[in-house]
Amino acid sequence: MARTSSRDRMKNEINAGSMADIAFLLLIFFLVTTTIDIDKGITVKLPPWSEEDPETQKLKKRNVFSVLVNAQDQLLVRGEIAQIDDLRFNAKEFIANPQRREDLSTSPKNAIISLKNDRGTSYGVYVEVYNELKAAYNELWDDECQSMYGIPYSEELPVAYRKAIKEKIPFVLSEAEPTNFGEE
Amino acid sequence: MFTKKRGKSDPEVSTASLPDIIFMLLFFFMVTTVLRDGERKVAVVVPEATELQKLQQKSLVNHIWIGKPVEKFRDTYGTKPRIQLGDKFASEFEIPLFLEQHKIKVPEAQRPRITTSLKVDGKVTMGIVTDVKTALRKANQLKVNYSARPRGN
Repeated sequence: MARTSSRDRMKNEINAGSMADIAFLLLIFFLVTTTIDIDKGITVKLPPWSEEDPETQKLKKRNVFSVLVNAQDQLLVRGEIAQIDDLRFNAKEFIANPQRREDLSTSPKNAIISLKNDRGTSYGVYVEVYNELKAAYNELWDDECQSMYGIPYSEELPVAYRKAIKEKIPFVLSEAEPTNFGEE
Repeated sequence: MFTKKRGKSDPEVSTASLPDIIFMLLFFFMVTTVLRDGERKVAVVVPEATELQKLQQKSLVNHIWIGKPVEKFRDTYGTKPRIQLGDKFASEFEIPLFLEQHKIKVPEAQRPRITTSLKVDGKVTMGIVTDVKTALRKANQLKVNYSARPRGN
């Protein structure tokens, strides 16, 4: 009699059957509140602010690739109306200038892209244009990297490699103060 | 004969490992979860782009939202695009303070790596964005990320 009762006591375990339910509850809570992180974007470096007017530099016209986006989201590239779809190709051609044309940049080091927009330009179009210009540089860096090191360009590349490439093809994008047209 | 068979086999699947499986899932979601900080007061649909870079460290990023106020704030704030800092509407003059408040939480050595993520609705005009950019430049916060979605090709 005494033996059986002591064995009964030893069987007293905590009932773990509801453990799954508790875990489920927590799981559902996290499922609902989760937003799987997709924080991506185009990283830019803004120029430092200075009160004085910047020095005006005389630049050769052939070295400047001017892009204007107006309040109607239309593009004017080097004085001519253009489409966003052609921008990447034209920018690449301008920077690299493989045929040594007289009207394109003397060398990638001297090439300057000038971007100007109105206050009424939509942000979506601005980002799209910026994206295309960045893509042009990325593709050129990639080509350069392939020919120098035989590997595609990426952000994971050793710093020395990236530096060497950016030395050859520096990313120069100058943004002018926008004009006050067409703000909501 | 029947009784013999029933006696031999025990057809129940053991559910003892179920909590473990659920816990595993639970930990996965706990790790990947980013609790949404505060209420979103402006509607933002970021534009699409291809040349994307990932933002590295969560703690080194502060967010500035720009967009039209969401439905329930339209009566008080109208439909003009507004800036949201943290969990409240703000103007570009409050940006330096906002940046400073974030900065003091970051160890000094890492402060040069602080990035501002601009979450701007694609339909917003550049006027307000330029004002924010100017404020950032004046506050010497030059690392900026234009938040965008990957373009599905």
